[in-house]
Amino acid sequence: MARNSLGSKSPFRTATLWLIWGWLLIFALLPNILVIAVSFLTPDSSAFISLPVSIDSYVRMLDPLYFEVFVHSLWMASITTVICLLLGYPFAWLVSKAKVRWQPLLMMLLILPFWTNSLVRTYALKLLFANNGLINKSLLAIGVIDAPIDILYTQGAVIAGLTYLLFPFMVLPLYAVFTDLRNDMLLASQDLGASKTQTFWHVVLPLTTPGIISGVLLVLLPAMGMFYVADILGGSRNLLVGNIIKNQFLDARDWPFGAAASVLLTLAMAVLLLAYRASSRRIGKTDFNEVA
Amino acid sequence: MTNSPPTAHRNSVSPDDDKVLLQLTGLKKTYDQTEVLKDINLDIKHGEFLTLLGPSGCGKTTLLRLIAGFEQPNAGAIYLDGVQMAGLPADKRPVNTVFQQYALFPHMTVAQNVAYGLKLKKVPKDEINTRVREMLAMVQLEHLANRKPQDLSGGQQQRVAIARAVINRPKLLLLDEPLSALDHKLRLQMQSELKRLQRELGITFVFVTHDQEEALSMSDRIAVMKDGTFQQIGTPIEIYETPANLFTAKFIGETNLFKAEVQGVYPEQPDRDGNVTNGRIEVEVCEAQAQDGPTALRNLRRPNFANDVQVGDIVNLLLRPEDLRIYDPKDTAHSGLLGRVIESNYKGSTLDSIIELANGHVIKASEFFDEDDPSFDYKLYEAVKVAWVDGWEWVLPEEDGAIKSRTAQNVTAQKDGS
Repeated sequence: MARNSLGSKSPFRTATLWLIWGWLLIFALLPNILVIAVSFLTPDSSAFISLPVSIDSYVRMLDPLYFEVFVHSLWMASITTVICLLLGYPFAWLVSKAKVRWQPLLMMLLILPFWTNSLVRTYALKLLFANNGLINKSLLAIGVIDAPIDILYTQGAVIAGLTYLLFPFMVLPLYAVFTDLRNDMLLASQDLGASKTQTFWHVVLPLTTPGIISGVLLVLLPAMGMFYVADILGGSRNLLVGNIIKNQFLDARDWPFGAAASVLLTLAMAVLLLAYRASSRRIGKTDFNEVA
Repeated sequence: MTNSPPTAHRNSVSPDDDKVLLQLTGLKKTYDQTEVLKDINLDIKHGEFLTLLGPSGCGKTTLLRLIAGFEQPNAGAIYLDGVQMAGLPADKRPVNTVFQQYALFPHMTVAQNVAYGLKLKKVPKDEINTRVREMLAMVQLEHLANRKPQDLSGGQQQRVAIARAVINRPKLLLLDEPLSALDHKLRLQMQSELKRLQRELGITFVFVTHDQEEALSMSDRIAVMKDGTFQQIGTPIEIYETPANLFTAKFIGETNLFKAEVQGVYPEQPDRDGNVTNGRIEVEVCEAQAQDGPTALRNLRRPNFANDVQVGDIVNLLLRPEDLRIYDPKDTAHSGLLGRVIESNYKGSTLDSIIELANGHVIKASEFFDEDDPSFDYKLYEAVKVAWVDGWEWVLPEEDGAIKSRTAQNVTAQKDGS
């Protein structure tokens, strides 16, 4: 991405930098430090947190009760991510190949649902998935099924909901790498004797990997955190890490444990960011600002 | 516009000279009802360095893409060593391309880039390693084998691109304006390096450029293109000295054009030694007609136009800046055109003068610098006389898009003469 070429001594630049650094310090770094600090404290019924410092919260995450939720949550988020990737990759490629004047319109259609609150859209899905919802009614009407099938309150409903809500976040970074992908790279590969499949594996895939990782980053982690999707569509057996965090803070009043679960998600994010940076370096992009 | 100009030179090399490697016959390419290539016919010999030269949009890159196999022609045939290539995709053709922006794979090292084609062909690992090392040695990049292309300079990237293409031992190497991204000095260096590589490898090169200087200095033959047709195909000397039409004349090198009216035609006369020549014509330079006093007729070789030259025709006399001589206007020994120097540029080995003739026509003269001649340096706005030696000019017919009919030429003659 092109860097802004403001003069290094311009007062506007200095002010902007101070603003950005100040913002990040107060609204990003400080809260994160607080969360990490809280995760090492002891729960307290009146003050929420108290001394002594302990790693109890982290140990408790290994409790099968919670550990299962983590694994199941990761499983649902992973399936969501894979579906988003499998649909989003060809989708982004097709959009990048469309006539240039159509591309803004196509991307606009993709992000149009953002104008409606995601909670509202999740409730809309509930109406679709319900036993007397549109899907069951349609299937009954055309005679595919004799009795309504269970869609709502299943793992499938949660995954469908997460996929629906997070799909644009997969497409956006992929679209960016596909528009950056130079056509002469593909021609060069073909010219040197590669079939279309070989060109895909040897050239297209490595060059779009930063977009894939970036998309995974933007889908996998939010997917584990979107507790309201699991609340509305998943029933009691399909919980996400987000549900645990929410429950610990709001219902169980165990702040240190909620904080520890948050730290876990943050660590997962850090690992993915490192992978993104490595793959970007590999294709010669040192600009780290590209992650959406 | 006719498909090939009537005066276009045919392939200057006789067909039995060397074996033809690439034969293009009747190639046509149309995009959205626009004819980008119109009936392209060309034979390229084994080991030849052929340049496709023309302004942007003339179809030269499209032609290259057809030969490479990135595009398929709407009509016509592409024979490589007698095998029909039209219809085959690029990965099935024994042809490789050096791209304008090099198109090196950024996720691979230099060595991996160069090895790519061999790896796809499943060449044994040991052989790949040896050949990659040899290839990198040839382009003097062994020490950078493990670097990424983006860490290399433009000239080094250029050499990797060439190595990556040439290692596959293609029958034909296509180069799409490969030097256009380099600065002037590096460009000159890469020009001679490319020529050296071509000699050493013995691979046939088809080189695309819009830079006429590059074309002249590198090519065995040049095919000048405009609007999807060949204007002329010939050696650099033929193209420069005897351009087939006004477009080629103006596109290649710097050109001074003078209109002249034919006053007499003397066909096939034995010259002093008794050899039958093409004959002579006598012309009066139109610009000289406007000058005061009697104007001398110029006695020129009779040109080989498609339509015979006749008295009253207007012809173009083409003179390169280095063909012109500048004299004192009072000098009566030479007949020439009067004008004044409006710009004088000392270029080291030459002195380039821009001269405005009496009728406003601006021409350029380039003379070798002579430090012993005190009169050599012209003062600005100094009156001068421009002359040339008869026989140094190249005569082209009057044209206006298409070659004119005789009556139309006469109309122009009257207009110009008034």
